[in-house]
Amino acid sequence: MMPRSLAGRVGFCALIAVIVLFSVFPFYYAVVSSFKTGSELFEVTYWPTFDMENYISIFTEQPFGRNVLNSVIVAFSVVALSLGLGVLASYALARVAFRGRGLLLVTILAVSMFPQVAVLSGMFEMIRAFGLFNSLPGLILANMVLTLPFTVWVLTTFMTELPKELEEAAFVDGATPLQVVRRVFLPLMGPALAATGLLAFIVAWNEFLFALTFTLSNEMRTVPVAIALITGATQYELPWGNIMAASVIVTVPLIVLVLIFQRRIVAGLTAGAVKG
Amino acid sequence: MQGSELTRAKVRSALVFLAPMLLALALAAGWPLGRTLWFAFTDATLTDTGSYAFVGFENFWNPDWGGLLEDANWWTAVGNTLYFTVLSVTLETILGVGIALALDVPFRGRAIVRAAVLIPWAIPTIVSAKMWGWMLHDQFGLINDLGMKLGLIDQPVAWMASSATALTAIVAVDVWKTTPFMALLVLAALQMLPRDIYEAARIDGIHPVRVFFRVTLPLIRPALMVAVIFRGLDALRAFDLMYAMTGNNESTMTMSVFARQQLVDFQDVGYGSAAAALLFVMVAVLTAAVLTLGRVRLTGGVR
Repeated sequence: MMPRSLAGRVGFCALIAVIVLFSVFPFYYAVVSSFKTGSELFEVTYWPTFDMENYISIFTEQPFGRNVLNSVIVAFSVVALSLGLGVLASYALARVAFRGRGLLLVTILAVSMFPQVAVLSGMFEMIRAFGLFNSLPGLILANMVLTLPFTVWVLTTFMTELPKELEEAAFVDGATPLQVVRRVFLPLMGPALAATGLLAFIVAWNEFLFALTFTLSNEMRTVPVAIALITGATQYELPWGNIMAASVIVTVPLIVLVLIFQRRIVAGLTAGAVKG
Repeated sequence: MQGSELTRAKVRSALVFLAPMLLALALAAGWPLGRTLWFAFTDATLTDTGSYAFVGFENFWNPDWGGLLEDANWWTAVGNTLYFTVLSVTLETILGVGIALALDVPFRGRAIVRAAVLIPWAIPTIVSAKMWGWMLHDQFGLINDLGMKLGLIDQPVAWMASSATALTAIVAVDVWKTTPFMALLVLAALQMLPRDIYEAARIDGIHPVRVFFRVTLPLIRPALMVAVIFRGLDALRAFDLMYAMTGNNESTMTMSVFARQQLVDFQDVGYGSAAAALLFVMVAVLTAAVLTLGRVRLTGGVR
């Protein structure tokens, strides 16, 4: 209901403006700060200057390029594994009636809710036993606990809603279940795969606790950990310019992806969170 | 019969399709969780997880040094976690519903506004923590500058230094970051409501506030409850924000931060696992309650 009176309309516009300002301003201020160097950083100003010094120094003074590469490798591997395992499992969970299916679904859902710290010591031991400490495969394995349950859940929800006739026709033609998944369902799952894949990507890209605990050297860190641990050249230097530049670099790709896939993300979030 | 032959073939392949996912889940979740729960009853240390002794409940309650149940720091962490969870989820829910109601109104540029609202949610927690850490900086921070210009405060406040303001500041950051999530979920629920009810209410001249409490809220209540519960479970395990903003500081430490500190910084795997296990049990009980209450809804949709 759009307010009718002029005062109501002005009030409504002001409300929307406040909502937008509240959402966007902190990131805008981070961008402004990321261009400031030296003493400028210690004066509060609201308009940007353009000095790339911080952006250059994070790549030259820290192994930040390597950190970005680590995050890219970990996030893409986690997404690929979660989607691959998730598509197969979701067919079984959504389209085949077998005993214990309900219990299995609830268990998978429960896993997505348990606290990360609860697997920390067991995971630490396992990663060390496999010789994966301070390595990317170790992080990929650990991140699966965060992405796999909700990937399976969302894909199952999606696959449940596809019409039965599609599958039946293929079976009549003599297709095997694997062929049905590949030829019939997979082509229809583009939107669901994009939404869940993107959500899994965001989770893996942002993951902090495992990456902090299971890596040791600067070179093996992912970007969130690298940002959290950026220090100045001396203990008296406040590297806020560098931290903000690194933050902007990490966040801009995510914001672009989220804005492009906005609708699908909303659909994925509601399927994953409201229903599960 | 051909039908049951097909059913059997489908069930067989279902099990084959499930196996890799179950194996991955067992490896990434089941086994580590089991080990953590086991370590909670041992005196294992990080330097040598290979040799340890079973100590029963001594990590939880111990006549010599008290154990977890007599650890003041642990109880502070429990208190902080509960304070954080209750306050942030309450504020997010109120703000989220408000924003969702505003975005439910058709107006020009609504798509852009909705996209803008998603931005805080897309920003990594660590980045949010650092951005706000900078804005809340005691000497050079924007918040102090704005507060002084607007006459809200007389002198710069060291937000993160005092335990009274640090946790509240952390709640504010979390509210900023996760309100969009709540708003979107509520908006999705609002958009599924039948429009004619509102038309009828408008024609009858019922005040919008009354319509909200009598019509809208009861209708979106199930979706809202699910969102609140899931956000609550999420807040109980919070780690990143506190760790990035105040490190292992006791005054803002949550249960997850406490457990990790014992485990990694103090190398005490047994004690840290005991803390993690207690948090797990808390979340598990709540999750079980949620799943039981929501069972019809959760599995009813699966064909």
